[in-house]
Amino acid sequence: MLIQKPNKIPSSEITPESVYLNRRRFMQAFAGVGLAAAALPASALLSSGDTELPIYPGPNWLQPKLKAAPTTIVAEDDVAPYDAVITHNNFYEFGTKKSDPFEKAQEFNTDPWKVEVSGEVESPGVYNLEDLIAKVDLEERVYRLRCVEAWSMVIPWIGFELGSLLKQFNPTSKAKYVEFVTLVDKEQMPGQRGFFSSLDWPYTEGLRMDEAMHPLTLMAVGLYGNSLPPQNGAPFRLVVPWKYGFKSIKSIVAIRLTETMPKATWNQTAPGEYGFYANVNPKVDHPRWSQATERRLPASLLNPRIIDTQMFNGYADEVASLYSGMDLTKWY
Amino acid sequence: MLVAQKFSNLRWGSIAQWWLVFLAALLPLVLLVDALLANRLGADPAKTIVDELGTWALIFLWLTLAITPARRLFNWRKPLLFRRMLGLYAFFYAVLHLVSVGTFILGWRADLIVREVTERPYVIAGFVAFLLLMPLAVTSTRGWQTRLGPKWRSLHRLVYPASVLVLLHFVWLIRASYAEALLYGLLLAFLLGIRLYYTRNWRTR
Repeated sequence: MLIQKPNKIPSSEITPESVYLNRRRFMQAFAGVGLAAAALPASALLSSGDTELPIYPGPNWLQPKLKAAPTTIVAEDDVAPYDAVITHNNFYEFGTKKSDPFEKAQEFNTDPWKVEVSGEVESPGVYNLEDLIAKVDLEERVYRLRCVEAWSMVIPWIGFELGSLLKQFNPTSKAKYVEFVTLVDKEQMPGQRGFFSSLDWPYTEGLRMDEAMHPLTLMAVGLYGNSLPPQNGAPFRLVVPWKYGFKSIKSIVAIRLTETMPKATWNQTAPGEYGFYANVNPKVDHPRWSQATERRLPASLLNPRIIDTQMFNGYADEVASLYSGMDLTKWY
Repeated sequence: MLVAQKFSNLRWGSIAQWWLVFLAALLPLVLLVDALLANRLGADPAKTIVDELGTWALIFLWLTLAITPARRLFNWRKPLLFRRMLGLYAFFYAVLHLVSVGTFILGWRADLIVREVTERPYVIAGFVAFLLLMPLAVTSTRGWQTRLGPKWRSLHRLVYPASVLVLLHFVWLIRASYAEALLYGLLLAFLLGIRLYYTRNWRTR
């Protein structure tokens, strides 16, 4: 496997013991009823992997800021174990399988990193990420992340409010939307080479200005106390906890403030299935599957953790007012 | 004597081959259980298991459909010995697939199951395919074959609509990459197309 400097950390530091023990208990339970289980050695029942996982300390300029980040918002739900969050990703630039990003993004070069800011701002230009981060304070926030595919995880991000970043560029009065663009780099991103892939690169996403300025809207640069792993969208990505995961665009190289609604990749690919707003909404199903429930990951076989999906992913008190008067069946 | 010996060798060879195919067809399941127990299925083992079992059901169904063309095109008769077994394996993986969906994805929650089976076109396609395959699995024995006589052949033609529904079930689930579906689609088009071609030629002759 292509893993840079796999710094070893004890699994106890990253996986809550209860989760760890539960998983082992499940494994044993399964072994009792399993078909071929009897033929396998007992050692196969132990969860291996965890201590072998890489950690991502990040560039020197970022490390002190990550360490100093206070925890400000915490979802009550159990945090997902580290291995689940860094090995189960949708990041089609590296492939369409959930394991592709972890397997293929480890050499992805994310420092130094430049971000082009353009459109309806008084100070457009190409900025070094390091310089942008120098002007903001980082905080840790534990958010629920609900994928449009009806699974979810609870993730401890480190980041800063998107609003505090946008203010640095002085948006003009014409700025009604924000558009984000992911890197295109066929050398580093094998998923962008595929002939059959139906996504048009670059991946783009957008938010309405009031959504972008909302205090819950985060730009993440870290995860589990360290920097953002490449497979999770390093060096910095959007996190909008009340929207489906595909809105939270990764590895951003350009931010444009616009007067009209920007194009968003999934919305362009299948407009009948993925709306521009993409707010988590249990009452509006995806045409092919239900959004009423979700599977909270990591799930085990005997405990699939099927839970009811909450309106705006449980952040309705904070964000419902943004959409008052809107027909959310139409603007899904 | 020589002829008898040759015959018995061939018999033993056939039995060995039958067992080889039987065990090889179990391999996907064994590997899947091994990966599960070694915790190599990732954060969402349920989804991986469901997808794998479904894909193997499809592959075995396609293999079953390939037996007749193999005989017609290459005069390859050996695989005829395995056709029933391969068809039953397709059904076996389909059953495991369905049970996995019910247990690991839906948790046997009646409300979820009713919604899935009534509202999702891809689920309906897959479920109807399963219902079509069920009588074929039941009547696959020699006893049923004799009992049904000529009707048996007509009944077992249900495998054609079932395979088309299986492909539809697969295609309707895709979010982005169609490469794999295209491969299975082309293979099925070939397997069914060649039958159409032979049926026509036979009629005009």
